Amino acid sequence: MNKPQVDVRALAVLARIEVPDAELEKLERYIPDILKFVETIQKADVSNVAPTPELRNVMREDGEPHESGIYTEKLLAQAPERQGNRLAVKQVISRKSK
Amino acid sequence: MELLKLTITEARRALDAKEFSSAELTDAYFKNIADKDADIHAYLEVWEKSARDEAKTADDMIASGNTMPLTGIPIANKDNILIDGRIASSASKMLEHYVATYDATVIKKLKEQGAVFLGRTNMDEFAMGSSTENSAFGPTKNPLDTSRVPGGSSGGSAAAVAAGMALAAFGSDTGGSIRQPAALTGLVGLKPTYGAVSRFGLMAYGSSLDQIGPLAKNVADAKLLFDAIRGYDSNDSTSLPDEEAKQKKPQTIGVPRDFLEEGTEPDVLARFEETLGRLKGKGYEIRDIKLPNLAYSLAVYYIIAPAEMSTNLARFDGIRYGLSIPADTIQETYAKSRGAGFGPEVRRRMLIGTFVLSSGYADAYYRKARALRDTIRADFVRAFGEVDAIALPMTPSPAFKFGEKSDPLTMYAEDIFSTPANLAGVPAISVPMGTVKREGKDLPIGFQIIAVHRQEEVLFKIGEDVGDWA
Repeated sequence: MNKPQVDVRALAVLARIEVPDAELEKLERYIPDILKFVETIQKADVSNVAPTPELRNVMREDGEPHESGIYTEKLLAQAPERQGNRLAVKQVISRKSK
Repeated sequence: MELLKLTITEARRALDAKEFSSAELTDAYFKNIADKDADIHAYLEVWEKSARDEAKTADDMIASGNTMPLTGIPIANKDNILIDGRIASSASKMLEHYVATYDATVIKKLKEQGAVFLGRTNMDEFAMGSSTENSAFGPTKNPLDTSRVPGGSSGGSAAAVAAGMALAAFGSDTGGSIRQPAALTGLVGLKPTYGAVSRFGLMAYGSSLDQIGPLAKNVADAKLLFDAIRGYDSNDSTSLPDEEAKQKKPQTIGVPRDFLEEGTEPDVLARFEETLGRLKGKGYEIRDIKLPNLAYSLAVYYIIAPAEMSTNLARFDGIRYGLSIPADTIQETYAKSRGAGFGPEVRRRMLIGTFVLSSGYADAYYRKARALRDTIRADFVRAFGEVDAIALPMTPSPAFKFGEKSDPLTMYAEDIFSTPANLAGVPAISVPMGTVKREGKDLPIGFQIIAVHRQEEVLFKIGEDVGDWA
């Protein structure tokens, strides 16, 4: 497998992180090197592996929920921005079509 | 001061015999922390007031005869294990002021026993690293040679115990983060069977790899600490049901020779061989074994762990808790908060993780790594049909100097012997195997023992038989 084309800027967008330009340049070197190292797994033979058991969800039984509101203040005390008992955020859904 | 030299077993006896109180023991630790930690920096925060209150409660428990193994024992807690009402930052700017809103299950169990929490220890940010140099709040020094790292990511926990600033400590191990710092500081470090200890309240890094475990002065203490925190937890869907695993007396130890010689320093190998010799002297049979896919472990780990962490750290978005940078749009809130909150190593792994999960690459990287992980696990299960335990050096070399492994791949190579156990989910322990000399200093190194799932008793038995090094 060839050295993959890594668009570090595109990855940063996907990962929702703002990376300064100077660091992006360093990462454009580091990341392909790391990927080149890990792609040594391509040589491995995995044809003998027993199939993984089917994944299943582990859920608890429905039961009585805790009393409404007992943790609200404790949790909201951590929030960067709140309005009453709500988290305040910037607009997420826009009506404008792009 | 002699109090600081005690093991948990010794302290327990003395506390119950009223030779001294938990308050006095706790005092002794705070005095030593005041003397040493400005230099060592094992702790990010010490909790003097609450610890003294906890010691008093413990002394009351002891006075009324309600003593448990860890009652009144002063321990250090890694900064990624949540204690209700206290800051837990994972040594990251992202959570610098975050106050935990609940107790981790292990903390709940320790509180029930009346343990004393001295403080939260330094670590590599979000548990990513093998030296504690990736902490957002400065590195921790190895007490045995302060020009060198204590290992990571549980470096603060290791340094605290090694420097007599805690009687024991808890850490987390995803790719070696308990065992490697234990090895580099002369301690015993245990990574339990995946699922043996609840992960509820441990900040998730690699959810299929993480386990909480103890760093202790000896094997007996490690066992005590493990017994205190283990057990089924309905809050952790990967928690194993309680069962008494059939314990067999270990007799054969397998060594995957092909694998271990590459890159291990000659004097580390020599100590490893001496240790095998001691075990032979105690009646163990040592056999060469083959684990054909073991050499892929590091690469598999550095695909799976970044992939899992990139998902786990998506929750840090500047919205509900943690660092939040004001911005005009929601997208910028995410990008700026995460850019400012995460350090370089976290960002690097996040981008790797994003890549190996992305469309067009996920099959070749992530899914192939998953399949290869199953193969590695199958190699172990097969080997444990022939031998009772597997032995390896814990690390290829002793503690390295600050800045020595600044190239990421060189640092990742530290994990070469530790990652296999995390991938297979099997329990593994590091016990001291003497020292090697570097620039005139005697530096400890570790002997790693791996057993099949649920057989921690095998690790304790063989670990005890390794014995003390003068």
